[in-house]
Amino acid sequence: MVVRVRRTGGANPRVAVRDAAPAARGTLEPGLLRLARWRLLAMHHTAGVGHLGGNLSAFDVMMLLHHELLRPEDRFVLSKGHAAGAYYVTLWSRGLIGDAELDTFHAEGTRLAGHPPARGVPGILFGTGSLGHGLSLAAGLALSARLQGRARRVFCLTSDGEWQEGSTLEALIFAAHNRLGDLTILIDHNRLQGFGSTAEVASMEPLATTLGGFDVEIREANGHDLPEMRRALVPGTGRPVVVVLHTVKGHGVAEIAGRMDSHYLPLTDDQFRDAVVGRPPP
Amino acid sequence: MRRQLCDALVARAQRPDLVFLTGDLGFGALEPLRDVLGARFINAGIAEQNMVTVAAAMASDGLEPWTYTIAPFCYARAFEQIRNDVCLHGLPVRMLANGGGYGYGVMGATHHALEDYGILSTLPNLHIFVPAFDEDVAATVAAAGAIAGPAYIRLGRGEMPAGEVAPAYAPWRRLRGGTGPVIVAVGPMAGVAWAALAAEDVLQDADLWAVSELPLSLCPPPDAFIEAVRASRRLCVIEEHVAQGGLGHSLAAWCLERGLPVEGFRTLNAAGYPSGTYGSQGFHRRESGLDAPAIRSAALALAAA
Repeated sequence: MVVRVRRTGGANPRVAVRDAAPAARGTLEPGLLRLARWRLLAMHHTAGVGHLGGNLSAFDVMMLLHHELLRPEDRFVLSKGHAAGAYYVTLWSRGLIGDAELDTFHAEGTRLAGHPPARGVPGILFGTGSLGHGLSLAAGLALSARLQGRARRVFCLTSDGEWQEGSTLEALIFAAHNRLGDLTILIDHNRLQGFGSTAEVASMEPLATTLGGFDVEIREANGHDLPEMRRALVPGTGRPVVVVLHTVKGHGVAEIAGRMDSHYLPLTDDQFRDAVVGRPPP
Repeated sequence: MRRQLCDALVARAQRPDLVFLTGDLGFGALEPLRDVLGARFINAGIAEQNMVTVAAAMASDGLEPWTYTIAPFCYARAFEQIRNDVCLHGLPVRMLANGGGYGYGVMGATHHALEDYGILSTLPNLHIFVPAFDEDVAATVAAAGAIAGPAYIRLGRGEMPAGEVAPAYAPWRRLRGGTGPVIVAVGPMAGVAWAALAAEDVLQDADLWAVSELPLSLCPPPDAFIEAVRASRRLCVIEEHVAQGGLGHSLAAWCLERGLPVEGFRTLNAAGYPSGTYGSQGFHRRESGLDAPAIRSAALALAAA
């Protein structure tokens, strides 16, 4: 199934970045977002795999970017490659991946591996999965555009635990020093990582304050509130923009929301049913 | 080779897509390149992992990035970036690695590159260049710039023996013909071996080859080399690289797989730091048995076999 997105604006995709107001490009309807989330749950349930929590925390902003913000000349880099499922379903919602193919997720011979592959999936520029690579890729794309005189916004979605990787900080230093103002760094701040909370494991809290020590523009938003994210994602003014998205791991599935095991465990049949159709009355 | 490198890249800088990224290296050597490239000369700072991945992204976007740093800070520090971001994507990033082998001498083990091309040879489609002489650098830059995929260029110090003139650059070059043992040397060790075998004695009959491109899967030996091995049946490989992963082992397997009748086989390799002390590149070569007397000794033993 290919979902057609209703366009409410007729913006010229070639207008300068600063003139490209997100509201003029199209609207991510809440109904489409809900439908796509169900598809994400179904895909993971069919595959019987975990990593769902970090997909659900990152999903809303990925959908918003791909339905409202990304113009043909813009670029998106998913640095938290373990949110591949959310990425595949987002691309499905844009018609770039067929519905039947989603059912091959994690299966033998699939193109849709547990982390985005380097080649072969339309819309995916880079294979990622090892944390700490995406921000350098995004910075490279942003600087490349500047050197070639192209107007382009680059969005990079990182996890919060990923900021413990030294290479992520290398990339931030590079982006800030080179004043990559067309780079927007999104942090899925769901506060849970592999074996504990980010505050317990290697705290950088408060994250926005810590990263605010760099020469970047810090913004914060509820990562599940579309209007709030739209405001946070307007272009910056000459410095890289860091948007700390306050999110919930497992968002939208009551039984796993905010739980660390949502990083690993697949949904049970009951959890899947409850998430899609609601819990039956007692 | 730094001066020759700078000259070659300055000439190539006319290409509008060329971008040069350095890991804070190049003082006293690359200023002419910086001046000609302007904004396309990027000091990426002491952050090699980021530098390699930034270069990968630039290559994916149509630019021609070259990165530059001390060899181990490239292949060892940024190995995962080379593996994931450059090689898995097959992107044409050219990685210039200064100080191949013991090139940094008494600066110590952290700055040496004794296992670089062995490690990198395990990655898909990564073309490795090891120029032997200063005169090779321009051709190496041209060759690395011409391939469609990634390249690692191990730079050292050219050691052309006095009075000799190397044949034009080629991945495999016969420096001197003969019917004695076949001697294969990687990169600058070719010059060391050439000088070692210069005496008017039985080793005048050795068949000496310089190898400047690896791995064998991407750059196999020419037919003339196969014929030479078939005739001589004695083969010695000399390289400033540890034995594991080196050309010696891979060439031995290559010969076996093709049924070449090698009856006498030796490899001379970097031995690490057997005395636990440090010195010049020559000091470490001597300790490893990569100096002229050791090369002569190995060749004589094979010649007598």
